[in-house]
Amino acid sequence: MNPLLRRLRHDLFATPADGLITVALLAVIGAGGASFLRWAFSQARWAVIQANSTLFAVGRYPMDQQWRLWLLTALLAAATGITWGMLRSHPRPDRGGTLWPRNDRIAVGLLVVLSLLLPWMLGLSLSIQLRWLSITAVLVLLRWLAGRFGPQLPAPFKRLLPLGLPLLYLIGMVLIGGGLGLVSVSPSEWGGLLLTLLQSSFAILLCFPLGVLLALGRRSELPLLRWGSVLYIEFIRGAPLITLLFLGQNMLGFLLPGGLAPERVWRAAWVLTLFAAAYLAEAVRSGLAAVPRGQLEAARSLGMSMPQAFTSVVLPQALRVALPSMVGQFISLLQDTTLLSLIGLMELLGTARTVMANPAFLGRNAEVYFTLAVLFWCCCAALGLGSRALERRLDPAAIARSG
Amino acid sequence: MGVTPSSVPRSALGAAAPVPWWRNRRVIPWLVQGAVGLTVLVVVAFLLGNLIRNLTAAGLLLSWGWLNQPAGFDIAETILPFQASDPYWRGLLAGLVNSLRVVVAGLLGSTLLGTLLGMASFSGNALLRGLTRLYVEVVRNIPLLLQLVFWYFVVFLSLPNGTAAIQLPGVVLAKSGLYLAGFVEGLRWMGPHLVNGVWQAPLRWSVEFGALLTGLIAYTSAFIAEVVRGGIAAVPKGQWEAASSLGLSWIQTLRQVVLPQALRVIVPGLNTQYISLAKNSSLAVAVGFSDLYSVAETTLNQTGRAVEVVLVLLGTYLALDLFISLLMNGLNRLVQIRER
Repeated sequence: MNPLLRRLRHDLFATPADGLITVALLAVIGAGGASFLRWAFSQARWAVIQANSTLFAVGRYPMDQQWRLWLLTALLAAATGITWGMLRSHPRPDRGGTLWPRNDRIAVGLLVVLSLLLPWMLGLSLSIQLRWLSITAVLVLLRWLAGRFGPQLPAPFKRLLPLGLPLLYLIGMVLIGGGLGLVSVSPSEWGGLLLTLLQSSFAILLCFPLGVLLALGRRSELPLLRWGSVLYIEFIRGAPLITLLFLGQNMLGFLLPGGLAPERVWRAAWVLTLFAAAYLAEAVRSGLAAVPRGQLEAARSLGMSMPQAFTSVVLPQALRVALPSMVGQFISLLQDTTLLSLIGLMELLGTARTVMANPAFLGRNAEVYFTLAVLFWCCCAALGLGSRALERRLDPAAIARSG
Repeated sequence: MGVTPSSVPRSALGAAAPVPWWRNRRVIPWLVQGAVGLTVLVVVAFLLGNLIRNLTAAGLLLSWGWLNQPAGFDIAETILPFQASDPYWRGLLAGLVNSLRVVVAGLLGSTLLGTLLGMASFSGNALLRGLTRLYVEVVRNIPLLLQLVFWYFVVFLSLPNGTAAIQLPGVVLAKSGLYLAGFVEGLRWMGPHLVNGVWQAPLRWSVEFGALLTGLIAYTSAFIAEVVRGGIAAVPKGQWEAASSLGLSWIQTLRQVVLPQALRVIVPGLNTQYISLAKNSSLAVAVGFSDLYSVAETTLNQTGRAVEVVLVLLGTYLALDLFISLLMNGLNRLVQIRER
C-alpha cells in the first residue's frame, strides 16, 4: 500500500468511529468554508476597508504631517533590514552553525509579494503603492548589505549598533508627536494602528524594568520590599483592566495637583504599563524560582556584589526561562489595548466604531471586525513565532551541542 | 562628600578597624527598607493630600449618603427587581447579580467546552486534533473585546425575528432574545410560542447576555483546553498503555485512569482561568449588558462620585477573585493525592 494512503488511514480512518468523525468534520469544514467564501466574495462589501484605510492606519493624524509617519516607517524598515542582515551573518548555534537556511529566503519572498499585493488590494493610489514598494526595497537591500558586509565592520561599531534601536524609538516619538522644530501633533489626533502600536510598545518597554524590579522585590528577604511588592502585584491582578483604566481616567485628576494630570492618551498608557508590570513580575518570578540558589551563592563567593551577581548571573538565566510567559504577557498586552476603545480612545477598535457609525458604512460590521481580527491575529502570532525562535537560539543545550 | 573612609585602602586602617556603619550587613537592609518605605510614604501622602484637597474643592469629600438616593436610571435585564426609583446601592447590587450570573454560567460552559477540547487534542483522529489546535490558536490570538463585539453585532444582532427565528425543541433563538422552555405556575411545562408575532416563553435571555456568554465561553474554553491538555500530557504514557492493555477503551481510559491523575495539575491552572473569566465579565459594557461595571459607570456619570465608585468596583472584584480562589483551593485539596 502507498505509504501516504497508509498514513491517512492510520490518522483518519483507524476505527469506524474515527472514520465517522472524519467524515462529519469534513462535511462541517466544507459547509463552513463554502459559506465563508460565498460571504467574502459576493456578499461582503470591502469598500469600507478600502475607503478608510488611512483612518485605520493613523486615525485623524493631520494630512500635511503624514510624511513624518512615512519617514518613520522607512526608518523602521531600514532598522529591520539591518538587524535581519546582521543576525543572518551570525552562525546559528541551534542549526549546527549554518547560516540561516531556506526559510529566510522564503520570508523575504513573502514580504515582497505582500508589499505588492496588500496595497493593491486596499485600492491605494499608485504613488502610495510605490511608496510601500520602495520601503520594502530599502528593507531588502539593507538586509542584503548588512548580511554581506556586516561581519567586516569594526568590532566596536558592531557593539554600538544595538544602541540605534532605543535611539530610533526616541526619534519615532519626536516624529509622531512633534517638537525639535516639527509642528506638534496632539495625542488626541493619533489613532488607528498607530495608536495601538504606540500604546503597546510604550507599555511593553516600560513594564519590563518595572516588572523585573517587582519580581526581585517579591523574592527579597527584606520584609518591607517583599510585602510592598506582594500588595501591589495582588492588587493589580485582582482588578479587571477596565476598572483600572476607569480609575486612571476619572481619579488621576484628583490625585495630582491641578493641571498636572497628563493627557488622556498618556494616562491610559501609564495605566497599561503599571497593569502589565504586575503580570510581568509574576512571569519573571517563576523564572527566578527556576535558577538554583547555588548560582547566586557561587557568584557572591566569587566576590561579586549583589547587583552584579543579579545582573550578570541570575537574571540572564531567569529571563531565559521566563521568556515564553513574558512574551505571552506582551501578547495579551497588545490585545488589551482594544479596551482603550471603551474609554473613548481612537485605537483600532475605537476607529472601527467611528467608521461603522458613518451612515455610508452602516451594517458593515462583519467586514471591519474580520479585518481587525486578521490584523491582530497576525501581530500576535508573529510575536509568538519570534519568541519561539528566540527560545531555540538561547537554548543552552543547543549552544553546547554546536560547541 | 569629601574623602570617605571607604576610599582609604583597608590595609592602611589596620585589621581592627571597625566596619563603617553604612557597610554593616546588619544595617544595610534597614537602610534600604527605610529609603524605600520613606519614598512610598511620601508619594502616598502627596497623592492623598492632593486627593483630599481636590475633593474638598469640588465638594465631593468621601461620603456614602448618595447610595440611598434614587438612581433614576433603568436596568434592562435583572434578576433582582429594580426600577428607576430604587436607590443606587440596589442598582449596583442588581449589576453585581447580573455579573455573577454571567460568571457562573460562563464557568460551567467554558469548563465543559474546554475539557472536551482538551480531551480532543489527544484523540487518535488527526483531523480532530488539528481542528482543536486551530481553534485554540485562532481564539487566543484575537482580543476578547473584538470577539465579544463580533458575537454581538455580527452574529446575535443579525438573527431573524418572528417565524423566521431559529427554532430547536424547547429553545428559540431570535433577534429579540433567547427563549427557553420551562415550568410556569402549577408546574406546567411550556415551550416558547408566538403571540401576535412576538415570542413568549417562561425564560428569556437577552441577546446581550447571549453574546457576552457565548464570547466569554468561546474565549475562556480555548485557555482551559490548554490547561487540560497540559494536565493530561503530564500523566505518564505508561498509564495509557497499562489501561489499554487491561482492555479499557479510549474514553474509559481517559475518564477512569488519566483524568483523575491529570486533575492535580489542572485545578491550579483552572483557578487562574476562572479568575480571569470573572474579571473579563466586566467587558459586558461593550455589548450593552448591565453588569456591575456598566452600572457603576452610569452611577459615576450621574453622581460624579469617582472615588467611592472606584472603591466599590475594586473591592467587589477583589472579593469575587478571592472567593473563586478559596473555592478552587478547597477543590485542589480534594484532588491532591492523599498519602498515608
